[in-house]
Amino acid sequence: MSSDKRRHVAIAVVLALGVSACATLDGGMSPGPVAKTADGIWLGKTAKHSVQPLPDRPRFGQAVSEADLVALNIDVRTPDGLGLPPGRGTVAAGKQVYDAKCSACHGPEAKGGPVFGAMVGGIGSMTKNPRVLTPGSMYPYAPVLFDYVRRAMPMDRPQSLSNDETYAVSAYLLHLNGLIPENAVMGPDTLAKVQMPNRNAFMIDDRPDSKAVRCMSNCK
Amino acid sequence: MASRTDSSRHSAVTDPSDADTRVLQRRDFLRKSMALAGGGSLAATGAIAAPLEVPASNREIGRGMEARAYGMPSKFEEHVKRNRSDVLKNRQNFSDWSMTPLQHQPGIITPNGLVFERHHAGVPDIDPRTHKVVVHGMVRQPLTFSMEDLQRYPSVSRFHFHECSGNGLTDWLKPVSVTVQQTHGLLSGVLWTGVPLSIVLEEAGIDSRGKWVLCEGGDGAAHARSLPIEKAMDDCIIAYAMNGEALRPENGYPVRLVVPGWEGNISIKWLRRMKVGEKPWHLRSETARYTDPMPDGKWRQFSMVMETKSVITSPSGGMKLGKPGFHEVTGLAWSGSGKIKAVDVSFDGGRNWKEAVLEEPVMDKSLTRFKIAWNWDGGPAVLMSRAIDSTGYVQPTVADLSKVRAIVGFVQHHNAIQPWAVSANGEVKNVIGQA
Repeated sequence: MSSDKRRHVAIAVVLALGVSACATLDGGMSPGPVAKTADGIWLGKTAKHSVQPLPDRPRFGQAVSEADLVALNIDVRTPDGLGLPPGRGTVAAGKQVYDAKCSACHGPEAKGGPVFGAMVGGIGSMTKNPRVLTPGSMYPYAPVLFDYVRRAMPMDRPQSLSNDETYAVSAYLLHLNGLIPENAVMGPDTLAKVQMPNRNAFMIDDRPDSKAVRCMSNCK
Repeated sequence: MASRTDSSRHSAVTDPSDADTRVLQRRDFLRKSMALAGGGSLAATGAIAAPLEVPASNREIGRGMEARAYGMPSKFEEHVKRNRSDVLKNRQNFSDWSMTPLQHQPGIITPNGLVFERHHAGVPDIDPRTHKVVVHGMVRQPLTFSMEDLQRYPSVSRFHFHECSGNGLTDWLKPVSVTVQQTHGLLSGVLWTGVPLSIVLEEAGIDSRGKWVLCEGGDGAAHARSLPIEKAMDDCIIAYAMNGEALRPENGYPVRLVVPGWEGNISIKWLRRMKVGEKPWHLRSETARYTDPMPDGKWRQFSMVMETKSVITSPSGGMKLGKPGFHEVTGLAWSGSGKIKAVDVSFDGGRNWKEAVLEEPVMDKSLTRFKIAWNWDGGPAVLMSRAIDSTGYVQPTVADLSKVRAIVGFVQHHNAIQPWAVSANGEVKNVIGQA
């Protein structure tokens, strides 16, 4: 059976049985259809939890409103930029932020510093060995940069940059990678539109991909 | 123990003949077993080069008991430590990893102080009295949970292996690491205790359009991953305990996600927030990192399941065998897609294989201990183990994986067979890619 066909069968099985039935598949499964998510991601074998019965709702979670969670709600869905906050930043402003808060680790012009390697270059290296991985060569979507800087950088003071500063430093790094012009302004409406060279380079998990056999004697 | 000692003394006093019989039976047993092990020469004479003396520990009182204490290993076990990555060395120790000394671990459970670590922005110290876990997004009712709230739910305890997707990334085509700690130490076996994630998500009420859950940590990296709803509702655990005590800070205290069988990176430590959405977020840790290079220049994404794998932990790299003759060869096997069905061991570099014994318990997505007796003839040998899981999948070689993936740089999801070469002088060496 082709892997495409096998995946369709697996999805059909999941759809027909539902998630709960899928969860009871036992350990005696023979090689063949692999349980996958609706998006085609290999689930691995599943096993049911055995738990005590719970009281009816309400249970123990405390109700809260989305408005109360604004400060925590920092994620960006990177392919379309959903969740990007208001703000704007220029390449020039980004250089100022970068020089003050990033270059000590990442080096001037993002060419690599005492702690971390280069964040520029590598475009076109994906069929070479080694592949040179930078935000420019590797990120499929430009908002990955904004999301990551906002949640994790600078390392010694994460979540300390303003939205404008985060847009600006994203603009600077994209410019250093030759992906936007020097006069570009990054904001919620422009960042997700930047075309990243690695955009179409990702494929969903299609394992198991190896086909080892259990030979016992005189193998190889 | 105390009561058993008392009763045997008691029987010795009241019925000496019984006690004598027991001693004779034991002597007989010892003689027989020595004859089996040593070919009879030692048992025949019983000669000993130097008479054994009563040790000092028998002649003095030991250390007194402390009023309150957290017990620590013997001072003679000082060498058993988690090591910061020392093959691939990071230039800072905040986004770094440490590795479990598997060569010193018997059984299938890793002591908490030796469970491997991987953090992206150091270890936070989070106060459980103020920590809250948030569930929101495409749900009927956003909710927060204090630690006290979470611990009111029915709990589950599950044995699961925990493995970093980067385990083995330094050693694909040629040996770079020496020990099994360096080649395979991003692996631990843990009994996790917590609340099934499905219970908490059901309480918030997942919108029918909600297919993915963003899971985010309360650390300085706010480390986050997208988890498919099918897995979230299946066997994931919001864990607050490991191996019979609260999580260690470096392993996610006070609460973390455990995603059984999947790459460790998605088992978010210091769990802070879960947001239900329609699609994955494609964050840095699921695009630029933790993805696998493919031969056509592409990258395989969301390769979550840690595929079936095994490794011999003894004898393993850096050890030295003593005399030829009997040696127990033992190791660990595990599978992210089910149970271990069998482990085969080869002593001749993969030409011939023998099925090892699996030690119970053999559990779903858990470390499994295998053992096999080996009569070493004193000559060179290459030892390998090969695991087969309950789906019939057979652990591949590096050559098998090189045919279907691009082994360029530090590649993740390495589940290939690990060969150890034993030389005639007993030295054990890593020969990955050579055998």
